[in-house]
Amino acid sequence: MLTRKASEIKASEITDKTLYLARRQFLRTASTTALAVATAGVAPGLLTSGVAAQTGGNVLEARKSLYSTEEALTPYKDVTHYNNFYELSTDKYAPAQLAKTLRATPWSVVVEGEIAKPAVYHLEDVLRPHTLEERIYRLRCVEGWSMVIPWIGVPLGEVIKRFEPTSKAKYVAFTTLYDPEQLPGQRRAVLTWPYVEGLRMDEAMHPLTILAVGLYGEVLPNQNGAPLRLVVPWKYGFKSVKSIVKIRFVEEQPVTTWMATAPQEYGFYSNVNPDVPHPRWSQAHERRIGEFAKRPTLPFNGYADQVAHLYAGMDLQKYF
Amino acid sequence: MRQTLWRPWLLKPGVFGASLIPLAVLAWQAVTDNLGANPIKEITEQTGLWTLRFVLITLTITPARRLTGWNRLIQLRRMLGLFAFFYDGLHFLTYVWLDQFFVVPEILADVVARPFITVGFLSFVLLIPLAVTSTTKMIKRLGGMWWQRLHRLVYGIAVGGVVHYLWLVKADVQSPLTYGGLVALLLGYRVWAASRRRRQPVHMPRRQATLRT
Repeated sequence: MLTRKASEIKASEITDKTLYLARRQFLRTASTTALAVATAGVAPGLLTSGVAAQTGGNVLEARKSLYSTEEALTPYKDVTHYNNFYELSTDKYAPAQLAKTLRATPWSVVVEGEIAKPAVYHLEDVLRPHTLEERIYRLRCVEGWSMVIPWIGVPLGEVIKRFEPTSKAKYVAFTTLYDPEQLPGQRRAVLTWPYVEGLRMDEAMHPLTILAVGLYGEVLPNQNGAPLRLVVPWKYGFKSVKSIVKIRFVEEQPVTTWMATAPQEYGFYSNVNPDVPHPRWSQAHERRIGEFAKRPTLPFNGYADQVAHLYAGMDLQKYF
Repeated sequence: MRQTLWRPWLLKPGVFGASLIPLAVLAWQAVTDNLGANPIKEITEQTGLWTLRFVLITLTITPARRLTGWNRLIQLRRMLGLFAFFYDGLHFLTYVWLDQFFVVPEILADVVARPFITVGFLSFVLLIPLAVTSTTKMIKRLGGMWWQRLHRLVYGIAVGGVVHYLWLVKADVQSPLTYGGLVALLLGYRVWAASRRRRQPVHMPRRQATLRT
């Protein structure tokens, strides 16, 4: 009988799929960049800053990332004036007008639950050890529209490692600021305030998941969830909770705000999935803001290569 | 001043012109690129809201006439009802053309699977016979009683419009409930008026009443 020795390469030595895909992407980007440099003769801000700031104020320096898409960006005006931020208003055009009441500085974040050292951090201390990165991601709203946004932030996983979660930390729950003075939409009980969202630990640790502090080369405008928000590009937009004041590590799957509001319509995972329609609208297509015709929606919002393995063996019709 | 400006014949063309303002505003916004980040959604929402508003305005005519005694208002009812149909047609066209781009299987799937679209579609379909039978000729052909019975469909259409709106919003039900309240008020008035007519039949003997008609 032919017996085969187990592979001598340890599993830990095999390159992670997301990494090698990223490398390929890097080679492609590098060759195009080299070409661009050769032809233009200049390399403006190569690898140190990405999309130029739009308003000229509060510029953030950020490193480019291989996780960025090369798709055309949604205009700054639309990114910052078409917002679902119910804490301000349920009208998408209103947050840009109302957001000035939100005081984004100073800002502190409670970090608690199943971690070594629960504490209250100043926002600066959460970010300090990390290098800001620009991540140009697709954003798919559950309502059937999408954008391409150049976020600036840090990988959530790297931040979480510093908090030293215990083995009991199976999920992370994020809470938005509750203060009707600053967030006047909270005066009406449209949702149960404060807004709570959550991720499974492996989702939170995934390199695509970031804590964003800026977009379009500058500090996050208030209406986009200043000063600290989550961005999980393979999930519907509402998972990317805004204006975070609390990060809690827990053993049980947290009940998120939308799950509590309409459990048959919003699941915990809420991965972008063209095959699981929302009871009130199909998710097969989306309208990219600025485009006329709809385009097909991709599984995991086009990030399936990087994240589908997180859900291997799960019935995505059931765990929607 | 009022006497010099006011001419009774101005009422109908004036209301006609005013009823076209929402369309003019939409057209102007479209031309000047002021429909916002999601223009198709904006057009869908605006035409939908104006449909509902015109249904409500049409339903207001009878109570307003009874309460104010200003009978001339009845001249406006058909036109306002047709404007409801007009905006509903635009609403429907926006959906099948701009939103779904005439992809019939997707539209049919939507109508069957999404209750809010089912109700909206049904309300639109029910408006068609009312628009078709709105001409004086059709009223005569149907006869007043049957015509009136048919046109009571508008009560269901108003409720359908509100349900359509209520079921499509994600969480903030304030606006659809406001319209719902107005529909309840307008339909409630009719129930109240009908029960009053039943309790105190007519101020004069029935025989005399028929003589007068």
